[in-house]
Amino acid sequence: MKRPILIAPLLAGLLTAAAVNAATPTVEELWKIIQQQQAEIEALKGQQQATEQKAAAADEKAEAAVEAIEDTATTTGNWTDKTHIGGYGELHYNNFDSDNPDRDDDIDLHRFVLHFGHEFNDRIRFFSELEVEHGGVEADGNPLDGEVEVEQAYVEFDINENLQARGGVFLLPVGILNETHEPATFYGVERNDVESIIIPSTWWEGGAGLSGHYANGISWDLAVHSGLEIPTSGGSSWRVRSGRQKISNANAEDLAYTGRVKYTGIPGLELAASLHHQTDAAEKDGIGLDEGLLFETHAIYQNGPFALRALYAEWNFDGSGVEADGADEQKGWYLEPSFKPRKDLGLYARYEDIEGARDQDQFDQWEVGVNYWPHESVVLKADYRDRSHDLSCGDDCDSFDAFDLGIGYHF
Amino acid sequence: MRNPLALLLLLALSNSVQARGVYQAPDDFLAEVFAGSPPPAAVVWLRGEVKTNVADILGHNYPALRIRYWGEGKRTAWILEEIGKEKPITVGLVVEDSALQNIRVLEFRESRGWEVRHGFFTDQFSGARLTGEQELDRSIDGISGATLSVRALQKLARLALYLHSQTPHAHDSP
Repeated sequence: MKRPILIAPLLAGLLTAAAVNAATPTVEELWKIIQQQQAEIEALKGQQQATEQKAAAADEKAEAAVEAIEDTATTTGNWTDKTHIGGYGELHYNNFDSDNPDRDDDIDLHRFVLHFGHEFNDRIRFFSELEVEHGGVEADGNPLDGEVEVEQAYVEFDINENLQARGGVFLLPVGILNETHEPATFYGVERNDVESIIIPSTWWEGGAGLSGHYANGISWDLAVHSGLEIPTSGGSSWRVRSGRQKISNANAEDLAYTGRVKYTGIPGLELAASLHHQTDAAEKDGIGLDEGLLFETHAIYQNGPFALRALYAEWNFDGSGVEADGADEQKGWYLEPSFKPRKDLGLYARYEDIEGARDQDQFDQWEVGVNYWPHESVVLKADYRDRSHDLSCGDDCDSFDAFDLGIGYHF
Repeated sequence: MRNPLALLLLLALSNSVQARGVYQAPDDFLAEVFAGSPPPAAVVWLRGEVKTNVADILGHNYPALRIRYWGEGKRTAWILEEIGKEKPITVGLVVEDSALQNIRVLEFRESRGWEVRHGFFTDQFSGARLTGEQELDRSIDGISGATLSVRALQKLARLALYLHSQTPHAHDSP
């Protein structure tokens, strides 16, 4: 009985050994297999390397393409960086409540301005401003109420990091609005009257100037330039604004000088004072108007949504005629608090008191209004004005109320 | 009377005229920020939502396909440009822990608005963060007559903070 039991495992073992012997490769076969596998590994390595090289080449090409595009953009930027075109404009609607039958409601393209600038190199640049006022000077052969004026055309030189010189036609450094008057930067459809009647903004002259500024926030300006030629007779006698020669073959018998010191070392605060001297404000001897001196000072303070602007300006003239007519002292001031409850909405009030040369230029005025900025460079304005004249001089001195609407933009 | 005019013109035309506008080279700014050894530059690609958000912040598309930055830990440095009134203002910004650590005007070529390059103005940005509406979490007091330059710096501050949020450095030390 034991024999069959012993024989069965033995047979199974023999059969298994035979099968194993049949599947196991010989050493030669194994060597061959290894060589084949090695060849496959080398082939795969080669493929991987080729793939990596292709990927690297593709990366390089992509990088080159991106750089080329960026270079093109930069090149284009350099071209546009050399010459600039900008501008601004404002359309006004004035609705008057007045006893003066000649004071009609009106709508007026008050200003349309184009700026052209060019950078000759890093230290010399040109800037200009060409303005069309009140819609132009002529249409269909008929004269219009407007003017075409070159208000700025100067070349500016950098002497060093803190010092600049300029020559040409430029805006005088006086007041708040004279140099910065894009509509979106101030309240009110119409500019304030102090900076129209006492400071004849926009006020530009031809000459040369120097400007310096320092890290502590102090800056200064000094300019020698053409002056006013204020009329000494007629309805506009002694009126400062009528004295602007606008650099149109301007009389330069006597030059004028302007200086300003400004402090902006605390964010939100600007303090400034200007002096302007006219050697002969009539540019002619012996006609009753000689020297003129303008003193102007202003403050701007912004703290969060609250802001305040205050300005005072005063002219003092020498001359028998201007003194006899009581126009030797002309002055004005205004105060303008404002509040911006939202980034795109501002409310303001303004009070101004003006004592100009003519009777109609002597008044005080209350004004309240709102600015809405649908875009940072576009503004919609509405305001209400209440003007009270000091003197009676007929229709020209009519006190009035006005409701104004305006749209302004700059680019 | 004409002597002062001649003097000013002579000064203007003098050979002593020197270039201005570059206050610190970008490489020097980066070396200062990273103690002499800035990390390799990485990029944020401007595409999809990132491109849209960048355009929202600036009010226009950024004139590049990608923006380079240098990051280390939770800190990133950026060299960005934006037009003030007419010329590009180049600004170096450092963001750390999603707050603006430093903002410095490297190049400024505008005729007006020079105040924005000085510490008395830029110090206002220190520590500023972005709100959910991608606005700065604080009011920046402006400078009269320099509205556009002030606005440009505000936009770049917001842009750097937003771009920082798009990098791995905003979350963990990579």
